[in-house]
Amino acid sequence: MTLSDPQHVVILGAGHAGGAAAATLRQLGHGGAISLIGEETTPPYQRPPLSKAYLKGEIDLERLLLKPTSFYSSRHIELKLGTAATGIDCAERQVRLADGTLLDYDRLIIATGATPRRLTVPGADLDGVQVLRTLADVEALKPRFRPDARLVVIGAGYIGLEASAVARQMGLQVSIMEAAPRVLARVAGEPLSTLYTQEHRAQGVRIHLDAQVVRLHGEAGRVTGVELAGGEIVAADIVLVGIGVTPNSQLAETAGIQCNNGILVDEDARTSDPAVFAIGDCSLRPLAQYARKGRLESVHNALEQARLAASAILGRPRPPLELPWFWSDQYALKLQTAGLLEGHDKCVLRGDPASRNFACYYLRNGQLLAVDAVNSPADFIFGRKIAGRGLSPDIDVLGAATTDLRQLAEQLLQASQA
Amino acid sequence: MIRVTFILHDERVIKAAGEAGDSLMEVATRHGVPGISGDCGGCLSCGTCHGYIDTTFAERLPPPDANEMAMLDNVLDPTIDSRLTCQVRLTPGLDGIAIRVPEPMF
Repeated sequence: MTLSDPQHVVILGAGHAGGAAAATLRQLGHGGAISLIGEETTPPYQRPPLSKAYLKGEIDLERLLLKPTSFYSSRHIELKLGTAATGIDCAERQVRLADGTLLDYDRLIIATGATPRRLTVPGADLDGVQVLRTLADVEALKPRFRPDARLVVIGAGYIGLEASAVARQMGLQVSIMEAAPRVLARVAGEPLSTLYTQEHRAQGVRIHLDAQVVRLHGEAGRVTGVELAGGEIVAADIVLVGIGVTPNSQLAETAGIQCNNGILVDEDARTSDPAVFAIGDCSLRPLAQYARKGRLESVHNALEQARLAASAILGRPRPPLELPWFWSDQYALKLQTAGLLEGHDKCVLRGDPASRNFACYYLRNGQLLAVDAVNSPADFIFGRKIAGRGLSPDIDVLGAATTDLRQLAEQLLQASQA
Repeated sequence: MIRVTFILHDERVIKAAGEAGDSLMEVATRHGVPGISGDCGGCLSCGTCHGYIDTTFAERLPPPDANEMAMLDNVLDPTIDSRLTCQVRLTPGLDGIAIRVPEPMF
Protein backbone atom coordinates (compact mmCIF):
# COMPACT_ATOMS: atom_id res chain seq x y z
CA MET A 1 0.00 0.00 0.00
CA THR A 2 1.35 3.44 -0.80
CA LEU A 3 0.55 6.37 1.39
CA SER A 4 -0.20 9.78 -0.05
CA ASP A 5 0.82 12.94 1.77
CA PRO A 6 -1.26 13.17 4.93
CA GLN A 7 -3.91 15.85 4.68
CA HIS A 8 -6.39 14.95 7.38
CA VAL A 9 -5.10 13.42 10.61
CA VAL A 10 -7.82 12.10 12.89
CA ILE A 11 -6.95 11.46 16.53
CA LEU A 12 -9.30 9.25 18.54
CA GLY A 13 -8.94 10.06 22.21
CA ALA A 14 -8.34 13.54 23.63
CA GLY A 15 -6.28 12.59 26.66
CA HIS A 16 -2.65 13.40 27.40
CA ALA A 17 -1.39 11.40 24.39
CA GLY A 18 -4.02 12.58 21.91
CA GLY A 19 -3.71 16.22 22.94
CA ALA A 20 0.08 16.08 22.70
CA ALA A 21 -0.11 14.44 19.26
CA ALA A 22 -2.29 17.26 17.92
CA ALA A 23 -0.03 19.96 19.35
CA THR A 24 3.12 18.21 18.11
CA LEU A 25 1.78 17.78 14.57
CA ARG A 26 1.24 21.54 14.38
CA GLN A 27 4.56 22.30 16.02
CA LEU A 28 6.33 20.15 13.42
CA GLY A 29 4.60 22.05 10.64
CA HIS A 30 1.68 19.85 9.59
CA GLY A 31 -0.50 22.10 7.42
CA GLY A 32 -3.44 19.77 6.87
CA ALA A 33 -6.55 19.30 8.97
CA ILE A 34 -6.44 17.76 12.46
CA SER A 35 -9.52 16.38 14.20
CA LEU A 36 -9.20 15.52 17.87
CA ILE A 37 -12.12 13.43 19.07
CA GLY A 38 -12.67 12.86 22.81
CA GLU A 39 -15.23 10.93 24.77
CA GLU A 40 -14.75 13.09 27.86
CA THR A 41 -16.19 16.59 27.83
CA THR A 42 -13.02 18.37 29.01
CA PRO A 43 -10.20 19.37 26.65
CA PRO A 44 -6.97 17.33 27.09
CA TYR A 45 -5.74 17.53 30.68
CA GLN A 46 -3.00 16.08 32.84
CA ARG A 47 -4.08 13.00 34.74
CA PRO A 48 -1.27 12.67 37.31
CA PRO A 49 -2.53 15.52 39.55
CA LEU A 50 -5.97 13.87 39.76
CA SER A 51 -4.78 11.62 42.58
CA LYS A 52 -2.58 14.33 44.10
CA ALA A 53 -2.90 18.14 44.04
CA TYR A 54 -6.24 18.28 42.21
CA LEU A 55 -7.94 15.78 44.52
CA LYS A 56 -6.67 17.84 47.43
CA GLY A 57 -8.09 21.01 45.91
CA GLU A 58 -4.70 22.70 45.56
CA ILE A 59 -4.94 23.40 41.84
CA ASP A 60 -7.87 24.32 39.64
CA LEU A 61 -9.05 22.97 36.31
CA GLU A 62 -7.23 25.63 34.33
CA ARG A 63 -3.89 24.40 35.70
CA LEU A 64 -4.85 20.85 34.81
CA LEU A 65 -5.45 21.58 31.12
CA LEU A 66 -2.60 20.69 28.76
CA LYS A 67 -3.38 23.78 26.68
CA PRO A 68 -5.92 26.57 27.08
CA THR A 69 -9.09 25.97 25.07
CA SER A 70 -8.16 28.85 22.74
CA PHE A 71 -5.02 26.94 21.69
CA TYR A 72 -7.03 24.47 19.61
CA SER A 73 -9.02 27.05 17.65
CA SER A 74 -5.98 29.26 17.09
CA ARG A 75 -4.06 26.23 15.72
CA HIS A 76 -6.99 25.05 13.61
CA ILE A 77 -7.32 21.82 15.52
CA GLU A 78 -10.92 20.67 15.43
CA LEU A 79 -11.69 19.56 18.95
CA LYS A 80 -14.81 17.44 19.21
CA LEU A 81 -15.54 16.49 22.82
CA GLY A 82 -18.21 14.34 24.41
CA THR A 83 -18.15 12.10 21.34
CA ALA A 84 -17.12 8.46 21.26
CA ALA A 85 -15.89 6.71 18.14
CA THR A 86 -17.86 3.59 17.32
CA GLY A 87 -15.98 2.10 14.41
CA ILE A 88 -12.89 2.22 12.19
CA ASP A 89 -12.94 1.15 8.55
CA CYS A 90 -9.30 0.68 7.56
CA ALA A 91 -10.08 -0.09 3.90
CA GLU A 92 -12.14 3.09 3.43
CA ARG A 93 -9.95 5.06 5.86
CA GLN A 94 -12.96 6.22 7.74
CA VAL A 95 -14.04 6.44 11.36
CA ARG A 96 -17.59 6.46 12.57
CA LEU A 97 -18.59 8.53 15.58
CA ALA A 98 -21.43 7.94 18.02
CA ASP A 99 -23.35 10.91 16.63
CA GLY A 100 -23.39 9.25 13.21
CA THR A 101 -20.65 11.40 11.67
CA LEU A 102 -18.30 9.66 9.25
CA LEU A 103 -14.81 11.13 9.13
CA ASP A 104 -12.35 10.35 6.34
CA TYR A 105 -8.72 10.23 7.39
CA ASP A 106 -5.36 10.05 5.70
CA ARG A 107 -3.72 9.05 8.97
CA LEU A 108 -5.42 7.87 12.12
CA ILE A 109 -3.95 8.04 15.62
CA ILE A 110 -5.68 5.87 18.20
CA ALA A 111 -5.18 7.29 21.69
CA THR A 112 -8.13 5.76 23.46
CA GLY A 113 -6.36 5.08 26.74
CA ALA A 114 -7.36 2.41 29.20
CA THR A 115 -10.27 1.56 31.46
CA PRO A 116 -9.86 0.91 35.18
CA ARG A 117 -10.56 -2.68 36.18
CA ARG A 118 -13.69 -3.03 38.29
CA LEU A 119 -14.20 -5.39 41.16
CA THR A 120 -16.13 -8.52 40.27
CA VAL A 121 -17.31 -9.32 43.80
CA PRO A 122 -20.95 -8.90 44.91
CA GLY A 123 -21.71 -5.27 45.76
CA ALA A 124 -19.18 -3.86 43.29
CA ASP A 125 -21.79 -1.59 41.73
CA LEU A 126 -23.03 -0.01 44.97
CA ASP A 127 -23.11 3.78 45.18
CA GLY A 128 -19.93 5.09 46.78
CA VAL A 129 -17.66 2.63 44.95
CA GLN A 130 -15.35 4.62 42.72
CA VAL A 131 -12.40 4.32 40.40
CA LEU A 132 -9.98 7.21 39.81
CA ARG A 133 -9.04 7.87 36.23
CA THR A 134 -11.00 10.83 34.89
CA LEU A 135 -11.89 14.30 36.02
CA ALA A 136 -15.48 13.07 36.40
CA ASP A 137 -14.26 10.35 38.79
CA VAL A 138 -12.53 12.95 40.94
CA GLU A 139 -15.52 15.28 40.89
CA ALA A 140 -17.61 12.37 42.17
CA LEU A 141 -15.07 11.64 44.93
CA LYS A 142 -14.41 15.19 46.07
CA PRO A 143 -17.69 15.93 47.89
CA ARG A 144 -17.27 12.62 49.72
CA PHE A 145 -13.73 13.42 50.83
CA ARG A 146 -14.83 14.94 54.14
CA PRO A 147 -13.00 14.76 57.45
CA ASP A 148 -13.80 11.53 59.32
CA ALA A 149 -15.39 9.85 56.29
CA ARG A 150 -14.26 6.24 56.14
CA LEU A 151 -12.36 5.45 52.96
CA VAL A 152 -11.38 1.92 51.99
CA VAL A 153 -8.86 1.74 49.15
CA ILE A 154 -8.67 -1.54 47.28
CA GLY A 155 -5.27 -2.02 45.66
CA ALA A 156 -1.98 -0.58 46.94
CA GLY A 157 -0.54 0.62 43.64
CA TYR A 158 0.46 4.22 43.01
CA ILE A 159 -3.09 5.51 42.49
CA GLY A 160 -4.37 3.88 45.66
CA LEU A 161 -1.43 5.02 47.75
CA GLU A 162 -1.49 8.59 46.44
CA ALA A 163 -5.23 8.90 47.05
CA SER A 164 -4.74 7.45 50.53
CA ALA A 165 -2.09 10.06 51.32
CA VAL A 166 -4.39 12.88 50.16
CA ALA A 167 -7.29 11.43 52.13
CA ARG A 168 -5.25 11.24 55.34
CA GLN A 169 -4.07 14.80 54.87
CA MET A 170 -7.73 15.81 54.54
CA GLY A 171 -8.64 14.01 57.76
CA LEU A 172 -10.38 10.90 56.44
CA GLN A 173 -10.07 7.50 58.08
CA VAL A 174 -8.25 5.30 55.59
CA SER A 175 -7.81 1.55 55.20
CA ILE A 176 -6.00 -0.12 52.31
CA MET A 177 -6.71 -3.68 51.14
CA GLU A 178 -3.92 -5.25 49.13
CA ALA A 179 -4.13 -8.79 47.75
CA ALA A 180 -0.34 -9.17 47.49
CA PRO A 181 1.98 -9.62 50.49
CA ARG A 182 3.36 -6.08 50.04
CA VAL A 183 2.35 -2.70 48.66
CA LEU A 184 3.60 -1.67 45.17
CA ALA A 185 4.43 -5.34 44.62
CA ARG A 186 4.15 -5.11 40.83
CA VAL A 187 6.19 -1.96 40.34
CA ALA A 188 8.79 -1.54 43.09
CA GLY A 189 11.36 -3.46 45.11
CA GLU A 190 10.95 -4.54 48.72
CA PRO A 191 12.77 -1.58 50.29
CA LEU A 192 10.26 0.75 48.65
CA SER A 193 7.32 -1.38 49.76
CA THR A 194 8.62 -1.38 53.32
CA LEU A 195 9.15 2.38 53.42
CA TYR A 196 5.73 3.20 51.96
CA THR A 197 3.99 0.76 54.29
CA GLN A 198 5.75 2.28 57.29
CA GLU A 199 5.03 5.83 56.16
CA HIS A 200 1.33 5.23 55.55
CA ARG A 201 0.98 3.42 58.86
CA ALA A 202 2.78 6.24 60.66
CA GLN A 203 0.29 8.63 59.08
CA GLY A 204 -2.57 6.58 60.48
CA VAL A 205 -3.53 4.44 57.49
CA ARG A 206 -4.51 0.84 58.26
CA ILE A 207 -2.92 -1.45 55.69
CA HIS A 208 -4.22 -5.00 55.24
CA LEU A 209 -1.83 -7.18 53.22
CA ASP A 210 -2.70 -10.57 51.69
CA ALA A 211 -6.25 -9.27 51.91
CA GLN A 212 -8.86 -10.92 49.74
CA VAL A 213 -11.99 -8.80 49.28
CA VAL A 214 -14.96 -11.15 48.93
CA ARG A 215 -17.93 -8.78 48.95
CA LEU A 216 -19.04 -5.22 49.49
CA HIS A 217 -21.91 -4.56 51.87
CA GLY A 218 -24.47 -1.84 51.41
CA GLU A 219 -27.65 -0.28 52.71
CA ALA A 220 -30.25 1.37 50.50
CA GLY A 221 -27.89 1.01 47.56
CA ARG A 222 -24.94 2.74 49.27
CA VAL A 223 -21.74 0.99 50.23
CA THR A 224 -21.24 0.51 53.98
CA GLY A 225 -18.42 -1.99 54.27
CA VAL A 226 -15.84 -4.25 52.70
CA GLU A 227 -15.77 -7.92 53.67
CA LEU A 228 -12.50 -9.83 53.60
CA ALA A 229 -11.97 -13.57 53.26
CA GLY A 230 -12.01 -14.72 56.85
CA GLY A 231 -15.13 -12.71 57.60
CA GLU A 232 -13.77 -9.37 58.81
CA ILE A 233 -15.91 -6.42 57.67
CA VAL A 234 -14.28 -2.99 57.46
CA ALA A 235 -16.79 -0.12 57.56
CA ALA A 236 -16.70 2.21 54.55
CA ASP A 237 -18.42 5.35 53.31
CA ILE A 238 -16.30 5.39 50.15
CA VAL A 239 -14.53 2.52 48.40
CA LEU A 240 -11.84 3.48 45.92
CA VAL A 241 -10.81 0.70 43.55
CA GLY A 242 -7.28 0.94 42.11
CA ILE A 243 -6.49 -2.49 40.72
CA GLY A 244 -5.06 -1.66 37.33
CA VAL A 245 -6.43 -0.96 33.88
CA THR A 246 -7.24 -2.74 30.64
CA PRO A 247 -6.26 -1.12 27.33
CA ASN A 248 -9.06 0.30 25.15
CA SER A 249 -8.18 -1.67 22.04
CA GLN A 250 -11.68 -2.84 21.05
CA LEU A 251 -12.10 -0.43 18.12
CA ALA A 252 -8.75 -1.45 16.67
CA GLU A 253 -9.40 -5.13 17.21
CA THR A 254 -12.78 -4.98 15.50
CA ALA A 255 -11.15 -3.15 12.59
CA GLY A 256 -8.69 -6.03 12.12
CA ILE A 257 -5.65 -4.22 13.54
CA GLN A 258 -3.30 -6.57 15.40
CA CYS A 259 -3.76 -6.49 19.17
CA ASN A 260 -2.55 -8.53 22.10
CA ASN A 261 -3.33 -6.93 25.46
CA GLY A 262 -2.98 -3.58 23.73
CA ILE A 263 -2.69 -2.38 20.15
CA LEU A 264 0.58 -3.69 18.71
CA VAL A 265 2.83 -0.92 17.41
CA ASP A 266 6.36 -0.61 16.04
CA GLU A 267 9.17 1.81 16.93
CA ASP A 268 7.26 4.64 15.24
CA ALA A 269 3.99 3.84 17.08
CA ARG A 270 2.59 2.47 13.79
CA THR A 271 0.07 -0.37 13.95
CA SER A 272 -0.27 -3.32 11.57
CA ASP A 273 -2.11 -0.89 9.25
CA PRO A 274 0.49 1.61 7.96
CA ALA A 275 -2.00 4.49 7.97
CA VAL A 276 -2.95 3.90 11.61
CA PHE A 277 -0.93 4.72 14.73
CA ALA A 278 -1.63 3.92 18.37
CA ILE A 279 -0.17 5.86 21.28
CA GLY A 280 -0.36 6.01 25.06
CA ASP A 281 -1.95 3.53 27.44
CA CYS A 282 -3.79 1.61 24.70
CA SER A 283 -0.64 0.55 22.84
CA LEU A 284 1.75 -2.36 23.29
CA ARG A 285 5.11 -0.99 22.21
CA PRO A 286 8.69 -2.10 21.76
CA LEU A 287 10.76 -1.25 24.83
CA ALA A 288 14.02 -0.48 23.09
CA GLN A 289 16.25 -0.66 26.16
CA TYR A 290 14.81 -4.00 27.29
CA ALA A 291 14.47 -5.95 24.03
CA ARG A 292 10.82 -6.79 24.63
CA LYS A 293 7.36 -5.32 24.20
CA GLY A 294 5.28 -3.84 26.94
CA ARG A 295 2.49 -1.49 27.82
CA LEU A 296 3.48 1.65 29.72
CA GLU A 297 0.87 3.66 31.56
CA SER A 298 2.66 6.93 32.05
CA VAL A 299 3.00 10.52 30.92
CA HIS A 300 6.44 9.72 29.51
CA ASN A 301 4.92 7.09 27.26
CA ALA A 302 1.98 9.24 26.17
CA LEU A 303 4.24 12.12 25.18
CA GLU A 304 7.01 10.04 23.62
CA GLN A 305 4.64 8.08 21.44
CA ALA A 306 2.76 11.25 20.47
CA ARG A 307 6.10 12.62 19.21
CA LEU A 308 6.99 9.33 17.50
CA ALA A 309 3.68 9.18 15.65
CA ALA A 310 3.70 12.87 14.67
CA SER A 311 7.28 12.57 13.38
CA ALA A 312 6.53 9.42 11.40
CA ILE A 313 3.38 10.91 9.87
CA LEU A 314 5.29 13.97 8.70
CA GLY A 315 8.31 12.00 7.49
CA ARG A 316 10.58 13.56 10.10
CA PRO A 317 13.48 11.71 11.74
CA ARG A 318 12.50 9.57 14.72
CA PRO A 319 12.96 11.53 17.97
CA PRO A 320 15.39 10.07 20.51
CA LEU A 321 13.86 7.53 22.89
CA GLU A 322 13.91 8.09 26.64
CA LEU A 323 14.22 5.53 29.36
CA PRO A 324 10.71 5.16 30.82
CA TRP A 325 10.24 7.51 33.78
CA PHE A 326 7.55 8.11 36.32
CA TRP A 327 6.96 9.89 39.61
CA SER A 328 4.77 9.68 42.69
CA ASP A 329 4.19 12.21 45.47
CA GLN A 330 2.93 10.97 48.83
CA TYR A 331 3.20 13.01 52.05
CA ALA A 332 6.78 14.37 52.04
CA LEU A 333 8.05 11.47 49.93
CA LYS A 334 8.92 12.42 46.39
CA LEU A 335 9.58 9.30 44.36
CA GLN A 336 11.17 9.50 40.93
CA THR A 337 11.68 6.34 38.99
CA ALA A 338 13.58 5.68 35.79
CA GLY A 339 13.68 2.41 33.88
CA LEU A 340 11.79 -0.83 34.35
CA LEU A 341 12.80 -3.26 37.08
CA GLU A 342 11.26 -6.38 35.53
CA GLY A 343 13.74 -9.27 35.47
CA HIS A 344 16.19 -7.75 37.97
CA ASP A 345 18.35 -10.15 39.96
CA LYS A 346 19.90 -7.63 42.32
CA CYS A 347 18.73 -4.61 44.27
CA VAL A 348 21.37 -2.17 45.56
CA LEU A 349 20.49 0.45 48.16
CA ARG A 350 22.17 3.83 48.27
CA GLY A 351 21.42 5.73 51.43
CA ASP A 352 19.28 4.68 54.37
CA PRO A 353 15.52 4.34 53.79
CA ALA A 354 14.95 5.55 57.36
CA SER A 355 16.50 8.88 56.37
CA ARG A 356 13.76 9.36 53.72
CA ASN A 357 16.49 10.13 51.22
CA PHE A 358 17.71 7.07 49.37
CA ALA A 359 17.61 5.12 46.14
CA CYS A 360 17.01 1.55 45.17
CA TYR A 361 18.91 0.41 42.07
CA TYR A 362 17.82 -2.67 40.13
CA LEU A 363 20.36 -4.68 38.11
CA ARG A 364 20.42 -7.81 35.97
CA ASN A 365 23.72 -9.55 35.31
CA GLY A 366 25.42 -6.43 36.60
CA GLN A 367 23.65 -4.16 34.15
CA LEU A 368 21.59 -1.30 35.57
CA LEU A 369 17.91 -1.65 34.62
CA ALA A 370 16.14 0.90 36.77
CA VAL A 371 16.22 3.16 39.82
CA ASP A 372 13.64 4.25 42.37
CA ALA A 373 14.86 7.47 43.99
CA VAL A 374 13.12 8.85 47.07
CA ASN A 375 13.75 12.55 47.72
CA SER A 376 16.94 12.21 45.71
CA PRO A 377 16.92 13.72 42.20
CA ALA A 378 20.68 13.10 41.89
CA ASP A 379 20.05 9.33 42.03
CA PHE A 380 17.20 9.66 39.55
CA ILE A 381 19.41 11.56 37.11
CA PHE A 382 22.24 9.05 37.52
CA GLY A 383 19.83 6.17 36.90
CA ARG A 384 18.38 7.80 33.79
CA LYS A 385 21.82 8.30 32.28
CA ILE A 386 23.36 4.96 33.16
CA ALA A 387 20.40 2.59 32.81
CA GLY A 388 19.44 4.37 29.59
CA ARG A 389 22.76 3.27 28.12
CA GLY A 390 22.69 -0.21 29.62
CA LEU A 391 25.92 0.31 31.58
CA SER A 392 27.15 -1.75 34.52
CA PRO A 393 28.31 0.21 37.58
CA ASP A 394 30.32 -1.55 40.28
CA ILE A 395 27.71 -2.34 42.91
CA ASP A 396 29.97 -1.60 45.89
CA VAL A 397 30.88 1.80 44.48
CA LEU A 398 27.25 2.47 43.58
CA GLY A 399 26.03 1.56 47.05
CA ALA A 400 28.66 3.58 48.92
CA ALA A 401 27.32 6.79 50.44
CA THR A 402 30.66 8.51 49.75
CA THR A 403 30.50 7.99 45.99
CA ASP A 404 30.07 11.13 43.92
CA LEU A 405 27.37 10.17 41.41
CA ARG A 406 28.37 12.78 38.85
CA GLN A 407 31.94 11.49 38.79
CA LEU A 408 30.79 7.89 38.62
CA ALA A 409 28.47 8.70 35.71
CA GLU A 410 31.28 10.42 33.85
CA GLN A 411 33.65 7.50 34.41
CA LEU A 412 31.08 4.99 33.19
CA LEU A 413 30.21 7.07 30.13
CA GLN A 414 33.88 7.56 29.24
CA ALA A 415 34.67 3.89 29.69
CA SER A 416 31.73 2.95 27.46
CA GLN A 417 32.97 5.24 24.71
CA ALA A 418 36.59 4.09 24.92
CA MET B 1 -0.62 40.70 33.31
CA ILE B 2 3.12 40.17 33.49
CA ARG B 3 4.85 40.29 30.13
CA VAL B 4 7.24 37.50 29.20
CA THR B 5 9.42 37.21 26.10
CA PHE B 6 10.70 33.87 24.85
CA ILE B 7 13.64 34.01 22.46
CA LEU B 8 13.88 30.78 20.48
CA HIS B 9 17.10 29.10 19.34
CA ASP B 10 16.56 30.51 15.84
CA GLU B 11 16.13 34.05 17.28
CA ARG B 12 12.39 34.02 16.69
CA VAL B 13 10.60 35.85 19.49
CA ILE B 14 7.34 34.85 21.15
CA LYS B 15 5.72 37.53 23.27
CA ALA B 16 3.51 36.12 25.98
CA ALA B 17 1.95 37.12 29.26
CA GLY B 18 0.96 35.44 32.50
CA GLU B 19 -0.44 36.14 35.94
CA ALA B 20 1.46 36.41 39.19
CA GLY B 21 1.92 32.87 40.51
CA ASP B 22 2.11 31.23 37.08
CA SER B 23 5.35 29.44 36.37
CA LEU B 24 7.34 30.39 33.28
CA MET B 25 6.85 26.82 32.07
CA GLU B 26 3.07 27.18 32.28
CA VAL B 27 3.19 30.43 30.32
CA ALA B 28 5.43 28.77 27.71
CA THR B 29 3.29 25.66 27.23
CA ARG B 30 0.08 27.69 27.04
CA HIS B 31 1.62 29.73 24.24
CA GLY B 32 3.08 26.67 22.49
CA VAL B 33 6.71 27.78 22.83
CA PRO B 34 8.79 25.12 21.02
CA GLY B 35 11.67 23.94 23.19
CA ILE B 36 9.78 24.10 26.48
CA SER B 37 7.56 21.08 26.76
CA GLY B 38 7.17 20.70 30.54
CA ASP B 39 6.43 17.00 30.27
CA CYS B 40 5.96 16.30 33.99
CA GLY B 41 3.70 19.28 34.55
CA GLY B 42 6.16 21.06 36.80
CA CYS B 43 7.05 18.55 39.50
CA LEU B 44 10.80 18.48 38.81
CA SER B 45 10.85 15.06 37.23
CA CYS B 46 11.72 15.54 33.58
CA GLY B 47 14.03 18.49 32.86
CA THR B 48 12.14 19.42 29.66
CA CYS B 49 11.53 23.07 30.56
CA HIS B 50 15.12 24.27 30.55
CA GLY B 51 15.69 27.95 29.70
CA TYR B 52 18.34 30.62 30.11
CA ILE B 53 17.47 33.68 32.15
CA ASP B 54 19.76 36.62 31.79
CA THR B 55 21.39 37.97 34.93
CA THR B 56 19.39 41.20 35.23
CA PHE B 57 16.32 39.14 35.92
CA ALA B 58 18.01 36.12 37.47
CA GLU B 59 19.15 38.37 40.34
CA ARG B 60 15.51 39.08 41.21
CA LEU B 61 14.71 35.37 41.52
CA PRO B 62 15.17 32.99 44.41
CA PRO B 63 18.16 30.82 43.44
CA PRO B 64 17.59 27.21 42.32
CA ASP B 65 17.32 24.73 45.19
CA ALA B 66 19.29 21.49 45.45
CA ASN B 67 16.62 19.49 43.61
CA GLU B 68 16.55 21.88 40.69
CA MET B 69 20.36 21.92 40.61
CA ALA B 70 20.40 18.13 40.44
CA MET B 71 17.93 18.14 37.55
CA LEU B 72 19.90 20.85 35.74
CA ASP B 73 22.85 18.44 35.73
CA ASN B 74 21.08 16.45 33.08
CA VAL B 75 19.96 19.13 30.64
CA LEU B 76 21.73 19.75 27.36
CA ASP B 77 24.22 22.67 27.40
CA PRO B 78 23.71 24.00 30.92
CA THR B 79 25.23 27.40 31.71
CA ILE B 80 25.30 29.72 34.71
CA ASP B 81 22.01 31.18 33.40
CA SER B 82 20.21 27.82 33.27
CA ARG B 83 16.94 27.40 35.13
CA LEU B 84 14.07 24.96 35.01
CA THR B 85 11.28 27.30 34.05
CA CYS B 86 8.72 25.32 36.08
CA GLN B 87 10.51 26.54 39.20
CA VAL B 88 10.32 30.23 38.31
CA ARG B 89 7.07 31.86 39.42
CA LEU B 90 5.98 35.17 37.98
CA THR B 91 5.82 38.22 40.24
CA PRO B 92 5.01 41.80 39.21
CA GLY B 93 8.71 42.63 39.56
CA LEU B 94 9.48 40.25 36.70
CA ASP B 95 7.45 42.19 34.13
CA GLY B 96 9.38 42.14 30.86
CA ILE B 97 11.46 39.07 31.72
CA ALA B 98 13.21 37.40 28.77
CA ILE B 99 14.06 33.72 28.50
CA ARG B 100 16.30 32.13 25.92
CA VAL B 101 14.93 28.74 24.92
CA PRO B 102 17.15 25.88 23.74
CA GLU B 103 16.53 24.08 20.46
CA PRO B 104 13.66 21.59 20.77
CA MET B 105 15.00 18.12 21.52
CA PHE B 106 13.15 16.46 18.65
